Parts: sequence; structure tokens; C-alpha cells
Amino acid sequence: MEDLLNAFFLMSNFVFVPAIAYGSQLALGAVGVTLVYGILRFSNFAHGDIMAFGTMIVILFTWLFQSYGINLGPLPTALIALPFGILATAIFLLGSDKFVYKFYREKKAVPVTYLIASVGIMFVLNGIVRFIIGPDDQRFADGERFIIKAKAMKQYLGTAEGVSIKVSQGLTVVTAVIVVVALFWFLNKTRTGKSMRAFSDNEDLALLSGISPDKVVSVTWILVAILATIAGTLYGLDKSFKPFTYFMLLLPIFASAIVGGLGNPLGAIAGGFVIAFSEIMITYPYKKFVAYIVPGDWKPEGLVQLLATDYKFAVSFIILVLVLLFKPTGIFAGKSV
Amino acid sequence: MSYLIGENMTGGYGAADILHGCNIIAEKGEIAVIVGPNGAGKSTAMKAIFGMLNIHTGSIILDGEDITSLSPQARVAKGMAFVPQTANVFPSMSVEENLEMGAFLRRDDIGKTMGEVFDLFPILKDKRNQNAGELSGGQRQQVAVGRALMTQPKVLMLDEPTAGVSPIVMDELFDNIIEVAKTGITILMVEQNARQALNIADKGYVMVQGRNKFTDTGEVLLNNPEVRKSFLGG
Repeated sequence: MEDLLNAFFLMSNFVFVPAIAYGSQLALGAVGVTLVYGILRFSNFAHGDIMAFGTMIVILFTWLFQSYGINLGPLPTALIALPFGILATAIFLLGSDKFVYKFYREKKAVPVTYLIASVGIMFVLNGIVRFIIGPDDQRFADGERFIIKAKAMKQYLGTAEGVSIKVSQGLTVVTAVIVVVALFWFLNKTRTGKSMRAFSDNEDLALLSGISPDKVVSVTWILVAILATIAGTLYGLDKSFKPFTYFMLLLPIFASAIVGGLGNPLGAIAGGFVIAFSEIMITYPYKKFVAYIVPGDWKPEGLVQLLATDYKFAVSFIILVLVLLFKPTGIFAGKSV
Repeated sequence: MSYLIGENMTGGYGAADILHGCNIIAEKGEIAVIVGPNGAGKSTAMKAIFGMLNIHTGSIILDGEDITSLSPQARVAKGMAFVPQTANVFPSMSVEENLEMGAFLRRDDIGKTMGEVFDLFPILKDKRNQNAGELSGGQRQQVAVGRALMTQPKVLMLDEPTAGVSPIVMDELFDNIIEVAKTGITILMVEQNARQALNIADKGYVMVQGRNKFTDTGEVLLNNPEVRKSFLGG
């Protein structure tokens, strides 16, 4: 009985809790991608670097506040810096729309043109972020580190294994829930939100109904700024900020959006968790877990690991390829790619 | 002066003209129907009146005002409503949301108008929370017409509203159109079911190859032997 409890704690500590946190971060990123795909009708390859840009601004303001001695007690100071990051990112995105995407909209370009343009914006952001903050790891988390410590739990319960829950992980889940609820309220209950869903559904009919395409485009980019900055900041608080890592997040984020069904925000959230859990569960060494479950002589020799952790991104990639091959519209039947 | 006038319309989608000096006139509260063989330019004429097509000669006049240079969205603001033949609803949104989107330009309370639409199409009231894409073809047409009515238009233009719809539903739809016209809305309709359409029409326009061939009341056209021979099928 105690062995089963230990097995559960082990899985929670190394798989469930990290996967839920990572899944929330991917979910927020994927919703941003899926909104652009559904409403603006193109794949935004710059999304990872938009997250990096937003997080960079948050980090700079966090350092500023920390130097002034401003802090939030047990919570990270980055939370106060968040609105500044969102504002800066929103300005950048609206600017990029005005100077890049609008040109192609007027020419009625095909979607792949916007995709390539977004790759260009990706490179520009790549350069800007590295130029301002450098290519190295940056840590900006402060405040309390843990909500629950595994050691304390082990002592309290007398078990061999315990569960750690970091403040950043708890914050991720709480923030993600708040953001998602707010987004769905906006899309389903407000006039502007409904007009954006209508625009995504049937663009010609939306224009005939008097819906202003410029307003829909602007609001979409502002939502992307909010989602990307929050997702990037939560990821940076949880792990660390490194421009290259954020660029690499593009793969699992797109995989999440596609698995859930492009254009469908609910799908993006579900997809985020599917990818996160898959990545972590497929690369986790189950040796200790199996040892707790099976009787003594059956203890495994090797690590019982399906794929080495180096292959984490390969998992996202394989899932992406399988979904595109067998069910391209995704779980929630969004628009196919 | 007539309420809606499309006079001497000449133009097309690209290099070649499809309409040649076409004239379509409708009085207030009248049902005007455009019929003709395939490729006659019926939908083209209606799109020209709505502004989805550029005519290089001719003009469109609504209630005495020349609206030829206005975009379709601007014409909606002037009181025109257009129901396309296909893709005329928002499939992933509920019936009620579709109607709300129809009234997007209105800032006042739309509840009364929505009630009127539900009175006209009672089945939509039952299905108000269902996604429009899940409805049958006939019900979807009702949503499409209801959506257009939400702006309280002065002119309602319908492009083949009974296309792909069963005969009973077609009768119901035509009954509803008559109801709408009784409230004072001018109806302009392109139809392939010419016999039934001319039956309810105050004015009928038979078009052939982009030109007016016959213009008269619906009843006269139905009994005109030449019209019957050429495409009503005797």
C-alpha cells in the first residue's frame, strides 16, 4: 500500500505536476497561434519569438523594479512587469501588421505569403531580442520558490517519495485558467468577440454584415500579444529565459494547435495538454515507478525509458506528423491545414 | 419616382460585359422577380444592384438617391439587405448569434426585431441555440433570410432562395416572402423556380443573355405564350 502511494507521489512529482504546468504554458501559446490561423487565416511562425520579445520586456522591467526594491512578497515581481510587456508586444504586433501584413492583405495574397512574411518577422524579432538582452540564459524569478516541498512532505507523511509544487507551477495553472475563462467570455459574450468568430467563420458574410475587418485584425493582434507575453513569462519563471528555447517552442506549440484542431481555441488548450503529457511521459524513466509497483524479484534492470529526454521534441514532431496524416482537422475538427 | 431603380446597367466581372443595358425597377412594398434561362445574367444583375459588381454604364437609384458609387457595406447601411445563394449563414454560430450578427450595425435594442423574425419563422425559435451549420437546408435558408431582416432593411434581395429546397418548404418560403413584403419591404428576387416565383410576383423581369426580354406583371408573364414556350415549358 505504501509502495503504491510512493509510486503515485513519484509520478506526480516528475510527471503530472510538470506536465500540467508545461501543458498550461503550451495551451496559452497554442491559443495565440490558433486565433491567428482562424481569424487572420495564416500560420504565424513568429509566435515563439513574439513570446521571447514579450518576456524580454517583462524581464527588463522586472530587473528595473527589483533595483528599486519593489517586490510582490512571495509572488514573482514579474507579475507587476507583465502589463508593460503586453503593451510593448501589442505595439510591435500592430506595427508589424501595419507595415507588413496589411500590404499583402490589400494585394489579396495567398496564405503561404503571409506565412513567409511571418518567418521574416521571426528573424527580425530573433535579432532584436538577442541584440537587447543577449542569447544567454536569464533568470528573473524571485519571491517564494515552493508551495509544497517534497522533503517537507516526506518528513510529514513518512513516505519515501514526496511531491514538490513550485510557486511558478501553481501560478501557471491559476493564470492559465483565469486567462482562458476571460478569453472565452470575450469570444462568446461580447459583441466584438462574436464579430471575430463570425469573421473567422464566413469572411464575406461578416463583411456584408458591416463587421469592420480592420477592427477584427487589431483586436486579434492585441489578444496574441496578451497570450504570448503571459505564456512566455510563465514559461520563463518556471524554467528559464533563453531566446533559442523560445524559438524551439514553436514546434510543440504548433503541434498542440494542430492536434486540437486549427482555429478552435478549446482544441488548442486540449492539444497543449496532449503534447505536454506525451512529451514528458514518453521520455520519463519509469525504473523507480515500476520498482514500486511490481514484486521484488521483477525490479527492472534498465531505465525503462521509451525515449531519451533529448528526444522530447521528436515526440511533438511525431505526434504532429501522425495527426496530419490521419486526422488533419484535429481532435475538435478545426480547419484543416 | 420608383423606389429601387437599376437602369441601363452594363458591365461584367472582367473584360467581357455580361449585362447589356439591363433595367430592373421595383416599387415600395413590391415583389419583383428576375427569371430567365441559365447564364442569362440574373444573379449578375442583382449583384450589380448590390454593388458586388462594377457597372461601367448605368446607375442604381434607391429612394431617389444615386448609390452607384457606394460599396456593398455602405449600401447595407442605406437599407439594402442581401441574402447570397450559398454560404449565407455563420455555420459555427448558433441561430440566435447569426441573427445578432445580422443586426451588427444596429446599436439599439434588437430584441423586438428578433421576436418578429421568430414570429415569421417559428422553427428558428425552437432551434435558437443550435448551430446554424447543423440545420437542414430549408431551415438554414430561413436563418439566412432572418439574418438579413435583422437590419430592418428597406430592400431585401434574395439570390435563388429556394435552390436545393423541397417543394413544401419552397411554398412556405414564398408565403414568408409575401408576409415580409406586406410589412412594406421591397423584395427583389432571382429565381429558377420561375412558375412559382412569377405566381407571387407583382413585377417580373425575364432576362436573356444580359438583356431584358420581357417585363410585365407576374400574372401576364405566366400567361404569355412566348414566355411559356421559351423557358417555362409550355
